[in-house]
Amino acid sequence: MTDPIKYFASRVSAHEMNRREFIGRSMAAGLTLAAATSLYGTAAMAQEPKRGGHLKLGLQGGASTDVIDPAKSASQFTFAMNRNWGDTLVESHPTSGLAVPALAESWEPNADASVWTFKIRKGVEFHDGSELTIDDVVKTLNRHTDEKSESGALGVLGSIKGIENKGGDLVLTLSEGNADLPLLLSDYHLVIQPGGGYDNPNAGIGTGPFKIDNFEAGVRATFVKNENDWRNDRGFVDSVEMIVMNDATARMAALSSGQVHFINRVDPKTVGLLKRAPNVEIQTTSGRGHYVFIMHCNTAPFDNNDLRLALKYAMDRETMVEKILGGYGKVGNDFPINETYALFPEGIEQRAYDPDKAAFHFKKSGHDGSVLLRTSDVAFPGAVDAAVLYQETAKKAGIDIEIKREPGDGYWSNVWNVQPFSTSYWGGRPTQDQMYSTAYLSSADWNDTRFFNTDFDKILLEARAELDQAKRKEMYHDMALMVRDTGGLILPMFNDFVNATTTNVSGFVQDIGNDMSNGYVATRLWLNS
Amino acid sequence: MANPLAGVRAARHRLKETHPLSVLIAERLGLSVLLLWAVSVLIFAGVEALPGDFAQTYLGQSATPQAIANIRADLGLDRPITTRYFEWLGGVVQGDFGNSWASGAPVTEQITKRLGNSLFLAFFAAAISVPLAVGLGMIAVHYRNRIPDRVINIISLAAISLPEFFIGYILIVFFAVQMGVATFPSTVYDSMSLSERMSAIALPTATLVLVVLAHMMRMTRAAIISVMSSAYMETAELKGLGAFKAIVKHAAPNAIAPIVNVVALNLAYLVVGVVVVEVVFVYPGMGQYMVDAVTVRDMPVVQACGLIFAAVYILLNMVADLVAIIANPRLRHPR
Repeated sequence: MTDPIKYFASRVSAHEMNRREFIGRSMAAGLTLAAATSLYGTAAMAQEPKRGGHLKLGLQGGASTDVIDPAKSASQFTFAMNRNWGDTLVESHPTSGLAVPALAESWEPNADASVWTFKIRKGVEFHDGSELTIDDVVKTLNRHTDEKSESGALGVLGSIKGIENKGGDLVLTLSEGNADLPLLLSDYHLVIQPGGGYDNPNAGIGTGPFKIDNFEAGVRATFVKNENDWRNDRGFVDSVEMIVMNDATARMAALSSGQVHFINRVDPKTVGLLKRAPNVEIQTTSGRGHYVFIMHCNTAPFDNNDLRLALKYAMDRETMVEKILGGYGKVGNDFPINETYALFPEGIEQRAYDPDKAAFHFKKSGHDGSVLLRTSDVAFPGAVDAAVLYQETAKKAGIDIEIKREPGDGYWSNVWNVQPFSTSYWGGRPTQDQMYSTAYLSSADWNDTRFFNTDFDKILLEARAELDQAKRKEMYHDMALMVRDTGGLILPMFNDFVNATTTNVSGFVQDIGNDMSNGYVATRLWLNS
Repeated sequence: MANPLAGVRAARHRLKETHPLSVLIAERLGLSVLLLWAVSVLIFAGVEALPGDFAQTYLGQSATPQAIANIRADLGLDRPITTRYFEWLGGVVQGDFGNSWASGAPVTEQITKRLGNSLFLAFFAAAISVPLAVGLGMIAVHYRNRIPDRVINIISLAAISLPEFFIGYILIVFFAVQMGVATFPSTVYDSMSLSERMSAIALPTATLVLVVLAHMMRMTRAAIISVMSSAYMETAELKGLGAFKAIVKHAAPNAIAPIVNVVALNLAYLVVGVVVVEVVFVYPGMGQYMVDAVTVRDMPVVQACGLIFAAVYILLNMVADLVAIIANPRLRHPR
């Protein structure tokens, strides 16, 4: 089976693709009608979820400072925990990235997208037996946005001015129109809790497919099936055990010895070795996270666009993906958006490594001497290697890059967003608007390239309230070009999420939303044997 | 009496004559408290000196100014450093180590479990490695420069030369992945029975034994050899003492001090220094707990861990000194 067809088959088994879609796409990929029809049958039948069993996950990212309170979720571990025991109002579609209903059944904006009305699902029960009400929803959102909030979602929800219960519906009033509001509510912090979680934020009572059985911070968490789950297309196993394994080798050993069924964060350097284990399947998903080299557009010598262009052309993106990501990634084009985002601007020429152009712009910039790049391995895995690789390719263009290795501890407070040229990492955001607003709007706290462009800001705000998708896409096209050609961002690569499962589990969905099948991994997997 | 202090000094001197050991222990305990206090100041200052405070590091890249301000106000981080230190010290003097800033749960409660795990692992590693090391050391002396001595030396030195995580990985590959006989990961939790726990810690225990074995074995061997070659052993032999009696009366009391010192150091290491082994085997001990706390600057937890680690070191060293003094009459009655 070729790769695209295998991918379509996995979509079928995950109920993401129907028969007609599957056959159409498989034929386009070169299969005959008869073959496609029979393949659909096997994919759909062989993959009927089995129920029962005990699922074990070995996860990187847990610490003894973790708490259940979803407002304070900061680690990969608590992220995946939230998805097990809780639900958000809205979810993002695994392949299209569009908003799909969860605890909110449907929603409707007003004409300028500044007031949104959400219908809340009826007949949903919390783990403690109480019924989900509009009150719980209002209080939850209040807890994440009030003036005492310590929530990680505070930044996302900044524009919400009013949270009201109007005749049993949730009405959100924004300070300005935002066409993406439903997707913002899919943030993993925004788990709906009874009474908003004001009484006991760490209770872990939610509406998710699994109930928390035991939680030891930094060690493990166990879950049992929620028999009163309001959905029947998830939570196939009887119980789940999530074990914190922060050592990459320990995770690989645990998986290949069959002690766990799933691990996250497979090191690209050793994925080739893990592949050789007969009982292991590598699960990669295109992601929105990207490894970046960032220049401050307002600080000499980077205040010269020719120097910035020279440094952009001096980057060998293909080699970066090959060497730093072990091939598990896609090349970037110096704007922070890739095709996993809805309304991705197509048709923008891919910037390639070009020492001649780099040398031309470098000469034109009039800069003399070396350029200082600060880096550390906490910026992204392999950041120091990437800096050295970059130094080599830049040298061929006659640009001398001096590398300064900074201590990992405190890198995010002392170097990133402080020093004029450094390596860094961005996780994706649910929408293009969020990504640009977080780091490219003139007034953003995290404008880590010091990109100040009033035209850009204006289009960004207009696009946010634009409900006409075609117009919006056009605007995002213009914005991408501005960042690409005048910004301070060098984006050599988007990293794939590399996970692995044993071959006796099925149901893994390549969810573009985030790592670990957007955190839903335990709710989607089932055991075959 | 010209000097009132003279009376006190004389009394202390008399006490020292009659109860030399009790006075020594009391003095050492007093010093230990002083030392622990100094450690707490150092840790507090050290964590303060690290870049970024709890609010910033805990929220990480997703920190917003408002959320940071809220956390600071909540924990009182905006107050001067001295106020915060003395507040914390006041609590500790009354036996209250405070609550973890990250989880909000009492530090004592969390640490008890982690410390229990660390001690559990250290106990089994020590129970195997100490007798084994001393025994092998004696065998090595007995067959000095012959094949058994050489074999013991080569194997134990090879084991100590490999980094502990590497030994761990080798054991995992062979016993857990290829043969599938050992339990991995070594995570232990409340609902486990004792036998399940013991099977879980088999591999980390083996790793630790290999790591600490050589140090103690070599010291045993060296101490015994050096004592055996000293003049008084020759005298003992010449005055007609049997070999066994000579060892018990003259060799052992002199050889025990260096051995006990090395054993104490290694025991302390087994309790406080095994964070790498904990990570490799996914074992929830104190080391990982403290590293997590330092990463986010969770001061109450860092302080409590630091004090426990320091106390373990001080206590074990004190015990080693006392054992050496009790065992050796020359040290027991200093001139």
